[in-house]
Amino acid sequence: MVRAADLGRTRGRDARLQRTLITPEGVALDVQVASASARAGALLIDLAALFGMYIAFILALVLTVWMFERANLPSVPDSIGGFLVVLFIIGTFLARNAYFLYFELGQRAATWGKRALGIRVAVRDGGRLTAEAVIARNLLRDIELFLPVMFMTSSGIQGSLSEFAAWAGLFWVGSFALFPLLNKDRLRCGDLIAGTWVVQAPKAQLAGLVATGVPENDLIAALPSDRYRFTEAELAVYGEYELQTLEQVLRTAKAESMQAVAATICSKIGWTPPIGDERAFLEAYYTQLRARLERGMRFGRRRADKNS
Amino acid sequence: MQSPGEQAVAAAALRSDRFRLEREGDWQRLDAMVTAMEKGKLRKLSDDDVLALPVLYRNLLSSLSIARESSLDAGLIAYLESLTLRAYFMVYGTRTSLGGWCRSFFGGGLSRAVRAIWPDLLVALAAMVAGAVLGFFLVDADTDWYFRLVPAQFSDVRVPGASREALLSTLFGEADGDGLGVFAAYLFSNNAQVAIMAFALGFAFGVPSILLLVYNMVGLGAMVWLFASRGLAVEFIGWLSIHGTTELLAILLAGAAGLHIGRALGFPGQRSHMVALSQAGRTAAQVMAGVVVMLICAGLLEGFGRQLIQSTAIRYAIGYGIPALWLAYFFAFRPRRS
Repeated sequence: MVRAADLGRTRGRDARLQRTLITPEGVALDVQVASASARAGALLIDLAALFGMYIAFILALVLTVWMFERANLPSVPDSIGGFLVVLFIIGTFLARNAYFLYFELGQRAATWGKRALGIRVAVRDGGRLTAEAVIARNLLRDIELFLPVMFMTSSGIQGSLSEFAAWAGLFWVGSFALFPLLNKDRLRCGDLIAGTWVVQAPKAQLAGLVATGVPENDLIAALPSDRYRFTEAELAVYGEYELQTLEQVLRTAKAESMQAVAATICSKIGWTPPIGDERAFLEAYYTQLRARLERGMRFGRRRADKNS
Repeated sequence: MQSPGEQAVAAAALRSDRFRLEREGDWQRLDAMVTAMEKGKLRKLSDDDVLALPVLYRNLLSSLSIARESSLDAGLIAYLESLTLRAYFMVYGTRTSLGGWCRSFFGGGLSRAVRAIWPDLLVALAAMVAGAVLGFFLVDADTDWYFRLVPAQFSDVRVPGASREALLSTLFGEADGDGLGVFAAYLFSNNAQVAIMAFALGFAFGVPSILLLVYNMVGLGAMVWLFASRGLAVEFIGWLSIHGTTELLAILLAGAAGLHIGRALGFPGQRSHMVALSQAGRTAAQVMAGVVVMLICAGLLEGFGRQLIQSTAIRYAIGYGIPALWLAYFFAFRPRRS
């Protein structure tokens, strides 16, 4: 959850991962490609969840067999034993293949790990995410990750893992793992095949109006409401960047930063700092500066910051 | 004349704030709906909400466009951007349910995908035939090859020099039903992994897919030679047919799907590599979903049918009837696109 106060300047994000996605209605949306660290973190969470579920599944099977023995039944009937083995084999297959498919086919197109890190799967060209694309990107996971890892652990346990095979396996996993770092969209081989990518899915809340004009206490309410009026020249010293910094200060509403900002503005425009009434001062300045800049905007004049 | 500052103070709210206050309710309604949909509570939405969704979404898009050009409230724009992105993912997300997807998949999608990769099917078929022939003639030239080509689990009694009776007993016998389910599940899981590998390795220009197809068939060719050397070729092929044909067809499809991707990577034609790869990947993924279904059928047939049905004639009938049905489904079933 991103707080509105932190969103004052979206330009602060990693510009190399910023992309534009055109919706079918022709509106350009800013999307941020998920960073490699977020991808790795999501994968680790998913693997931990999978491992946990797999262990629980095996424990449940073992417990069932144990209960049969406890209940002094002659022995586990062959048919039930066979059924449990079938369950085990199917469960292993599902763990390898179905977990990612199930979650990425859902409405949020994200596994637990991806949800935890606020990222999701989307189609690169902005179209609909189809089941085929999700299947394709997850089938590739098998050779990228599970196959070499299982090969190495199984032959490692049997003691037949030669040094060459171990290095080859490491090289194999490593080259697939590093693949996302070698392209600008952080695509895994599976993404390449499926035409998908993984983007951030930010969830922002609608914050209130920046300047409500509601007085803080009765003392301030007693003051005349139009006590802060700025001339055109006094408003002309700042641009949009400063306006949005001021917005952030007002949204955060920390007393000391408001005092500092009020003092800076006053020294810039030659006013005496309004001690004890900074909030009303800043709100008034904010509102009038924004009115001025937005009026310019409507006529096609934009001013990025105080230097332009 | 009033100064701009006086106007703003008098209005108490900026023009862009008025714009926002007028539309806030709609945005928050859409926000609540999107949140519910993200949590999978689509059914809890009222009919009114569902009907209003497209309208609210379009309005949101226009609000965002207007806000970008007329408002300097960064918090508002960040909220609208995030809500639009979320709503966009809902409106253009995976809207089909699993059931709906299955209907379109079995009702023509799978057949279309298989027909779309026909050149790759031919190449994969050639690789498999070449593999089997290679295995047969390698063992024919030197029986030591047999032990290199056939996995240890199959070379229990089925070794060169075994008697006709010993070989015959592996083909007819073990009629007890125990453990067949386990065997079927094991075979399914095993074959599905081989098929997924054949598909996924297509990424490397399809070369590993071909090698895998050849490798899988070499052992089969070697076993055909073994049974043929004792005059049991017909019985062996019958035994193999009952499950093997569906399974071999599935592996053929998986290898062809891998080749399809490798071919798109090597020869993208007029398209860019990325576009070619993703188009090929989606077609191939449909084929792969079909392959998994076929392997489930093959596993069931193999686990139960192979040992329970003891007549070679019926084995042949089932063994070739079922793939004929598959082929008819893939190539003759052409429903009109909906």
